[in-house]
Amino acid sequence: MSFVEYSDFIQDGDVAIVYLGHESMMPVKVQKGAQTQTRYGVLRHSTDLIGRRYGSKVTCSKGGWVHVLHPTPELWTVTLPHRTQILYTTDIATITMMLELKPGSVVCESGTGSGSLSHAILRTIAPTGHLHTVEFHQQRAEKVAEEFKEHRVDHLVTVRNQDVCKDGFGVTGVADAVFLDIPSPWEAVRHAKAAMKKHGGRVCSFSPCIEQVQRTCEALADQGFEEISTIEVLLRVHDVRTISLPVPDFGSDPSAQTEPDAAEKTAPASAPIQDTVAMKATVPPREIPGHTGYLTFATKPRTS
Amino acid sequence: MADNGDDESQYRIKGGDYVVLKRGEIFKAVQIQPKKKVIFEKQWFFLDNAVGHLYSTTFEIGSGGVLQLRKLRDAESSTDAKEAGTDNRNIVDDGKSQKLTRDDIEMLKEQGLKGQEIIQQLIDNSSTFRDKTGFSQDKYIKKKKKKYENTVTILKPSCRILAMMYQGREPGKIRHLRYDTLAQMLTLANIHAGSKVLVFDTCAGLVLGAVMERMGGYGSVIQMYPRGEPVRAGVESFGFPAHFRDTLHGFPICHVNALLAGTLDTTAKDPRTSLVKVLTSCFFFQAQEKKVKQEEKRKKLAAAAALLEGRNADGLVIASQYQPCPVLMGLLKFLSPSRPFVVYSQHKEPLIECYTKLKEHGGTVGVRLTDTWLRHYQVGFKL
Repeated sequence: MSFVEYSDFIQDGDVAIVYLGHESMMPVKVQKGAQTQTRYGVLRHSTDLIGRRYGSKVTCSKGGWVHVLHPTPELWTVTLPHRTQILYTTDIATITMMLELKPGSVVCESGTGSGSLSHAILRTIAPTGHLHTVEFHQQRAEKVAEEFKEHRVDHLVTVRNQDVCKDGFGVTGVADAVFLDIPSPWEAVRHAKAAMKKHGGRVCSFSPCIEQVQRTCEALADQGFEEISTIEVLLRVHDVRTISLPVPDFGSDPSAQTEPDAAEKTAPASAPIQDTVAMKATVPPREIPGHTGYLTFATKPRTS
Repeated sequence: MADNGDDESQYRIKGGDYVVLKRGEIFKAVQIQPKKKVIFEKQWFFLDNAVGHLYSTTFEIGSGGVLQLRKLRDAESSTDAKEAGTDNRNIVDDGKSQKLTRDDIEMLKEQGLKGQEIIQQLIDNSSTFRDKTGFSQDKYIKKKKKKYENTVTILKPSCRILAMMYQGREPGKIRHLRYDTLAQMLTLANIHAGSKVLVFDTCAGLVLGAVMERMGGYGSVIQMYPRGEPVRAGVESFGFPAHFRDTLHGFPICHVNALLAGTLDTTAKDPRTSLVKVLTSCFFFQAQEKKVKQEEKRKKLAAAAALLEGRNADGLVIASQYQPCPVLMGLLKFLSPSRPFVVYSQHKEPLIECYTKLKEHGGTVGVRLTDTWLRHYQVGFKL
């Protein structure tokens, strides 16, 4: 198992995602002899997990069963331990495309936070790219570095514990893309520029408040960035369900009987009048999971 | 870590390259071919002069459709210190504010004035420009630029640019797949280097190309295609390095049932070839060529079949105008357990059918029917 490479079987030392039911999942560090409590009972790693195929249905001690899934950055995003606010998959997907990330890309990121976006970046830039991620909170930086190791992506990433606004990314002229998720991104724009390749590249800043966006846009324009554009992406999850609709009864229709053909056709069906019809329909979300943040993108032009 | 390891040549435009032309928000994908006339935004020109220049360079279209480097001064001179009004209370749309007539403008064009100079003339001859607000003036210039500027920027293609291009130019060809939706699909299918991905794409090959870009030439992509030849026009526009082609396979879905039943015979010879052998030598040569082609085709089919036979694909992406449910149920059999898949449809109703079928069938978890909303924000800022 690795977050950048699939395997078929669960092994000692893997991180597996235990799927308990609708929207309910938990990450499990697989260890010989270890046990994990779930609401369906105990999972014994040596017998229930190690050596089994990812995707297997596993019965727990209380008789309930769970599915054990191969980790992906998307499953990690919904199960990871929160140490900060995190970026979710809808924004991450947009960021990945708009920053033009692909295998081989060199990316700078700050702050690392809980590493939700970092894992998705690493998945996309592997096996030849590199992520330079900067986090000013020491414990968070240490913790995320530990997770990268457990997830077997540590060879693709350098974690730096410093303040990006003061000290930059610790690299110059190497990045194809820069991502900023910090309280005052405008203070890091010049560092972003310095970190990027002279041939140019893409930058993205994530901010919840429009005032932050405005100041960041000013800084980007000031530093010569082009194609500055701010967007927001929201996800709507449609609930599919069977609905049942009552059928109105207008009473028997005497005019229908004037045509012998029609009378013949309706005769067998008309015996017991169906009072409801069932059909599949979707219900839009009652309220869209709210605003996360604005995504501001820009292009750094070639500089000599 | 300095920039020295970078290979300059990958940033230079070469003959034969697939590139994207850009003006404002308009894109067009073309190939650089010698002396080939290209029509973009009602103007024609030749791309020969672009060869050797760096990507993202902006050119001016000179007389005879010859591209010339745009002078940097031109690009920046538009926003000189200017006087502006506070609001539009004194601006009346009486159609008389512009002193230049259409004929005057045509004459300026004939005199060989550049777009920038024409716009300056329009501003100088507008009685209301000075009374417009700063925002309004910018908007005016932007509008006129679109009409009179004759510049074109040449970009290296990318999934982002091509997805936006198709959405803007030919949405029907890509089944109205928006770029924000494509972004969700690539991420939710966990497309990454080194995996084995099945793609059913009748969106001009845009989705297939996007998947290939994310795989970076590592792993394998099997295009499952309906009838005839697979559609790959969009893939060409990505301008992938030659070795990417080795990772791309094709398999016609009409052979899927035979493959699953184990009755697909990829060693079969076309009976026609043996008949041609008795003909004249001239024909014999043609028959040979035909035979070689068929042999190649057979080998390719066998290679794709071998990839599918393990039924251990890592990802499945479906984006087409076909009824998605049978496509999904047919191709899902090739996916390894615990692997994601994504189905796109322009319409919600066929996906409700898919969702219901998956729930009935069992064997999947985390099935969701979603769409995204994308909004652009106009952010006002002063320099």
